[in-house]
Amino acid sequence: MLTTGHGQAVPAMGRNQDKRVEDVSGTLAEKVWEAHVVRRAEGEPDLLYIDLHLIHEVTSPQAFDGLRLAGRQVRRPDLTLATEDHNVPTTPGPITDLVSKTQVDTLRRNCEEFGVRLFPMGHAEQGIVHVVGPQRGLTQPGMTIVCGDSHTSTHGAFGALAFGIGTSEVEHVLATQTLPLKPFRTMAVNVEGELQPGVTAKDITLAVIAKIGTGGGQGYVLEYRGSAIRALSMEARMTVCNMSIEAGARAGMIAPDQTTFDYLQGREHAPTGADWDAAVADWSTLRSDDDAVFDAEVDLDANTLTPFVTWGTNPGQGLPLSESVPDPETMGDDNEKAAAQHALDYMGLTAGTPLREIRVDTVFVGSCTNGRIEDLRAAADIVKGRKVADGVRMLVVPGSARVRLQAEEEGLDQVFTEAGAEWRLPGCSMCLGMNPDQLAPGERSASTSNRNFEGRQGKGGRTHLVSPLVAAATALRGTLSSPADLVDATSEGSK
Amino acid sequence: MDAFTTHTGIGVPLRRSNVDTDQIIPAVYLKRVTRTGFEDGLFAAWRKDETFILNNPSYAAGSVLVAGSDFGTGSSREHAVWALLNYGFRVVLSSRFADIFRGNSGKQGLLTAQLSQDDIELIWKYLENEPGASVTVDLVSRTVTAGDIVAPFEVDDYTRWRLLEGLDDISLTLRHEQDVTEFETRRPAYKPSTTVA
Repeated sequence: MLTTGHGQAVPAMGRNQDKRVEDVSGTLAEKVWEAHVVRRAEGEPDLLYIDLHLIHEVTSPQAFDGLRLAGRQVRRPDLTLATEDHNVPTTPGPITDLVSKTQVDTLRRNCEEFGVRLFPMGHAEQGIVHVVGPQRGLTQPGMTIVCGDSHTSTHGAFGALAFGIGTSEVEHVLATQTLPLKPFRTMAVNVEGELQPGVTAKDITLAVIAKIGTGGGQGYVLEYRGSAIRALSMEARMTVCNMSIEAGARAGMIAPDQTTFDYLQGREHAPTGADWDAAVADWSTLRSDDDAVFDAEVDLDANTLTPFVTWGTNPGQGLPLSESVPDPETMGDDNEKAAAQHALDYMGLTAGTPLREIRVDTVFVGSCTNGRIEDLRAAADIVKGRKVADGVRMLVVPGSARVRLQAEEEGLDQVFTEAGAEWRLPGCSMCLGMNPDQLAPGERSASTSNRNFEGRQGKGGRTHLVSPLVAAATALRGTLSSPADLVDATSEGSK
Repeated sequence: MDAFTTHTGIGVPLRRSNVDTDQIIPAVYLKRVTRTGFEDGLFAAWRKDETFILNNPSYAAGSVLVAGSDFGTGSSREHAVWALLNYGFRVVLSSRFADIFRGNSGKQGLLTAQLSQDDIELIWKYLENEPGASVTVDLVSRTVTAGDIVAPFEVDDYTRWRLLEGLDDISLTLRHEQDVTEFETRRPAYKPSTTVA
């Protein structure tokens, strides 16, 4: 790991337990928590009510099976929504992988049997579960939201307490609409200043993870604060909260504000009339009080932030694009040296190589991290009128059917295909390669997704995590690049 | 879930930190709709390397995994826990676990015992010097014993109680169903429904 965490030196859980008894003030996370406590007893975890349970095909079959075995029902189908995303092919036609098909068919049968609403492949509302919820206005401030997927932290962008759960917990929520949970600690992530052109929400989150490490957020809910966060659009806020889990945190949150309310108003599931007024009045109280104390704090200067990329095999192994592949010998203890060397061996990289000289085979734009319309617009803006470099394959996969439609209305699909990129159907796609979109062994990608783990995008595949802007610039040059490199290249006449 | 009090089995020293759940079981193995049969996916990529620890016959029948820090990071897939259990592991020792993985383990009866990194190092050395040696993990006294090493470990009281008693969470929660019903009457009317609109 590059730097050590702030999060490790603080005392273990307990402060929350002490103060929450009498306190109505506190942090945003504590307020949302308190509003959902169904039952509290000494020596037991709090039982929390869950406002929204999102489901997909991979982590739910065994949970439904458990319900059937115990003769239980889904307590609140009206607070449950399913979508098909992880396995779905992004090229037209049915699922050809029989095992994937079985999993999707199982979800359909389960939703039918238990009365859960499902957006299947081909449906106008289908898409990645974390894109679908917000775009329908289902994700609202102050809610508790869970899903059997660690990137549920995405929904925290609205000031919801949203986190990933395992399949046993999925079954628990299906059966009871609650979860027994131990209190989280809270960490303030203060990002002050103004992002420079070409620097995005993705760079903020990669820089935060590099700073605190993949375990730095362990046990915490991160609250992103500061002028740079306030200036972000809702979609950019979702990108930041999405990757909280990559710092080990259970959730990430941003206090709702006018940007949040403006995004929500008019969406299908947003309140209307008097309900809207009541909701906004409640939502406006959802901020950490000025005297609230966080268990830990981290500061990041937005003014000096530059495009960030990962060089290793966990999301904490990242550096500014302007730097070089680090030397494991310069790192911490023997275990860290060994881990870094192992990462370089896997990635096929040599210490000292400038990151800008790393050549890629594939560029992937998509995922629950960066598969929304603003991400596609940003990437399209860069590739417009240019060509993807020889030998590079660029996949653009919208996060949902609705994002795809919107992009097509704006002509973005044309921009991508004219540049030589592939325009695909929505789904999780190459973020985790459960569908046919995978890297071949040894292939290298620049990917707007969230994980650069060994084999994540296909066995033996090598992943560099980047922003949509860096992805697009990299596709054009064939080596890890930022949009600024394109300007230079043009003026030098080399491209 | 079976009750867990104490377990003795072969210790497997896995000298790696940041073992994410994609390494424990790659996504391609997640397509099954059962809770069993995931042992073939456990550490699938690493097991193709003949020098990987589980390919050493002395450790192959291991049931106590001694791992580096930040074990179980990344994806929430409970399949990682099923894969470890299906293979035969009952305990993982590490100086730090990812939250979701640790929660999932507790639901399935896989004990995640948190030791200091110094103790992990001692146990690694012991197990590397004595391949196939046993480790005893006692949940009652919260200690790990390996040869002459006796190390305390941390596990939260509630999880410990549930494991010792072999209780499942859903049954425990359903004892308080009245509280849930009552809470539902207090929810604000503007909260969204997935079935309307």
